[in-house]
Amino acid sequence: MTRFVPATIDELREAIAAALAAEEPVEIVAGGSKCGLGRPLQTPHTLDLSRLSGVREYQPSELVLTAGAATPLAEIDRLLAENGQMLAFEPPDWGALLGAGGARPTLGGVITCNLAGPRRVKAGAARDHFLGFRGVSGRGEVFKAGGKVVKNVTGYDLCKLLAGSYGTLAALEEVTVKVLPRPETVSTVMLGGIAPDAAVRLMAAALGSPLEVSGAAYLPKGYGPNVSPRGVVLRVEGPAPSVAFRREALRDHFAAAVSSIFDDDESAALWCALGEAAPVSQPAGRAVWRVSVAPSRGAEVAEAVAGALDADWFLDWGGGLVWLAIAEHGDAGATQIRAAIKGADGRGTGHASLIRGSVGLRRAVPVFEPQPAALAALSRRVKDGFDPRHILNPGRMVEGV
Amino acid sequence: MHMPEPDAAVIARRAEIATALRRIVPGDGVIVSAPERRAYESDGLTAYRQPPLVVVLPETVAQVSAVLRYCKAEGIKVVPRGAGTSLSGGALPLADGILLGMGKFNRILEIDYANRCVTVQPGVTNLGVTHAVEAAGFYYAPDPSSQIACTIGGNIAENSGGVHCLKYGLTTNNVLGLEMVLIDGEVIRLGGKHLDADCYDLIGVVTGSEGLLGVVTEVTLRILKKPSTARALLVGFPSVEDAGNCVAAIIAAGIIPGGMEMMDRPAIHAAEAFVHAGYPLDAEALLIVELDGPEAEVDHLIARVEGLARDNRAASLRISRNDDERLSFWAGRKAAFPAVGRISPDYYCMDGTIPRGRLAEVLVRIGELSRQHGLRVANVFHAGDGNLHPLILYDANKPGEIERAEAFGADILKLCVAVGGVLTGEHGVGVEKRDLMPAMFDEADLAQQQRLKCAFDPDGLLNPGKVFPTLHRCAELGRLHVHHGQVPHPDLPRF
Repeated sequence: MTRFVPATIDELREAIAAALAAEEPVEIVAGGSKCGLGRPLQTPHTLDLSRLSGVREYQPSELVLTAGAATPLAEIDRLLAENGQMLAFEPPDWGALLGAGGARPTLGGVITCNLAGPRRVKAGAARDHFLGFRGVSGRGEVFKAGGKVVKNVTGYDLCKLLAGSYGTLAALEEVTVKVLPRPETVSTVMLGGIAPDAAVRLMAAALGSPLEVSGAAYLPKGYGPNVSPRGVVLRVEGPAPSVAFRREALRDHFAAAVSSIFDDDESAALWCALGEAAPVSQPAGRAVWRVSVAPSRGAEVAEAVAGALDADWFLDWGGGLVWLAIAEHGDAGATQIRAAIKGADGRGTGHASLIRGSVGLRRAVPVFEPQPAALAALSRRVKDGFDPRHILNPGRMVEGV
Repeated sequence: MHMPEPDAAVIARRAEIATALRRIVPGDGVIVSAPERRAYESDGLTAYRQPPLVVVLPETVAQVSAVLRYCKAEGIKVVPRGAGTSLSGGALPLADGILLGMGKFNRILEIDYANRCVTVQPGVTNLGVTHAVEAAGFYYAPDPSSQIACTIGGNIAENSGGVHCLKYGLTTNNVLGLEMVLIDGEVIRLGGKHLDADCYDLIGVVTGSEGLLGVVTEVTLRILKKPSTARALLVGFPSVEDAGNCVAAIIAAGIIPGGMEMMDRPAIHAAEAFVHAGYPLDAEALLIVELDGPEAEVDHLIARVEGLARDNRAASLRISRNDDERLSFWAGRKAAFPAVGRISPDYYCMDGTIPRGRLAEVLVRIGELSRQHGLRVANVFHAGDGNLHPLILYDANKPGEIERAEAFGADILKLCVAVGGVLTGEHGVGVEKRDLMPAMFDEADLAQQQRLKCAFDPDGLLNPGKVFPTLHRCAELGRLHVHHGQVPHPDLPRF
């Protein structure tokens, strides 16, 4: 058992070359906050990237930041905040959710897991802000892709491929991301006492309005300020006069249902908690699923599962993201959830990921949505092109990938 | 510019191949006669021409699948084509390759307002998507200047942009789902109406892959509600530096305009002579800044941008009072290419991206290169995202000018890379910038990209000769160089 702790790109290449020569896989770690994500690994070696840290280039007016892949998110957030900017995809921490409190999420970590918070509906996910990188493939070769500017179509967009690859294709050494202005003000309008199907329609109306809603979630009973029955929260952000106008427009439009309005810090705390899946994170022993479906089907999928099993749930992304907490019996709901995604006519699209589960559960059920044979074969060929001997996080996503 | 050596044996089989294709696509969907094939000999990059071996225009996914399966079995190359508006030669045919035209896939399949998405066939035009949903107040955000003609399939291939991409993203940020056919005829579906990938983000790599990975047969796109208000400022500056400083100040103030375009003096003069938009002819640089959103926000931001423009030595400043006036501000910019076409027999449109802070220095250097190559240049610039479009003026009828224009263009793109930018911001590599790829990527970078290609198309039959300056066999690219059991650096720190 070796723990490689490279401090430079050359040392990273040498570490991977050594693992490749021995044909002994490595598990890639940095801050340690996402170790419980994905299928459990048992590798002979650990590749610890935490020394590949620090912001390397940042000019706020270029809207671009380049940093070592293992730079803590907290350090990046602090620097961006000093300049009135942010990572617009609202990367969550998930430390409390995954029981990794105290671990430090890194920029490379949120990118390789392609995470995003509630602003996903408006601003996109990590993939949409990932502009370029340098790293080492499972072939032990240094390579780069993308660039350090916000608009670039030169060559294949390998950034998209690496985002969400869970370290199975390459170990990132340096990443470049797009950064955006932090909104001056935030306001949240809460609508109480809404049934699930009505909530989905209401969120669609809000997101389909010109009011630039940047968050639309449906909270569980008893969660959030002043909510007793289930309620919808809608967020608007931007310059103060614009937020005031849009908040009032939402209030007028949904007049009968508006139960409260809260601004700034209170608002920020709510959306941060939703990104952390706080409404379903307790009790700690339950399995937590994250399900992406067409927004109009969010309530239907959640209710189909909750009708068959004891499940806590809430919706984010206007209904497009279903968070479910289910007891760890049997497959912890995998079969019901995946059947619900397909729907009665079998044509529904989407995918379910097991975000939290015991090692045994994550070994027993597919953590990521199983793919049709042709697609699974293509994914394996992609893996082989980057990591032919399967030494980087092998099996983290799917057996053989 | 060299294309892969045509295979004379394949060319000799033209009639037999056409017969085989007619069995797959009956009726008039297979084109063999020389004059008809010539209609497809080039795309938007007209300097390069090559009639294809045969043209096939399938109408169903099953036909696309059968054509590709046939090509794979027979080892015949395929060049996919949408409307043929590529400015980088992405759809340039091959003498020994089938041209697969997707123009008959022109139906809008589903409009789903509840999920804010539209499912279309790839031959639908970019503007056709917006037209289909505008009655309900929606639109499709990416708006390349060829949007009236270019197709969604082509937009996927090139990851097309437009003037609104700083705020609303490129094509890649607006695609939810794809159906595509692989070279072996297999039909796969990626995504749908939901967000993010379940395994590797193959939509993300197919978008912008320039027709080298597969043939897209169906696309689900995100649509947005049209902003309720849009207003624009038209600002003249005494120098490019001042205009550049103003752009930086706007971004630094936390403002992301819907569009922010800059033109230099030659571009201003060409545009004004063409459309009489009322552009200030004494300005060295002209900035159009458009703010969109709720009226309260737009009014607030217009005032802030006006202040920043004045702080940065604006010499003239107009604010649109109504939509007609806003559109008149844009008229000159939108007509910049044809306007330049009026003052020169030919022009060559370049497409690099630079860090915005280097703009003034880059324009000075382009001016020097202009004198050195003896050709005039006009610059238009997507100032928000750093995407520079120098238009090189030349006359193709004068011996040597086209070669000089190409050499000048190559120098500009190398300059973009040298200052920390990239070869192409939205037009793609195609054949045009293929041989410049080594200026930005080393061999290992290009080899890794080609290994992705091998996962999709191991025989290299899809659009060969584009993007990559050298073609390697997949077997060669896959070879590993490992010294078994030998750790290369035993002195590496281990803990």
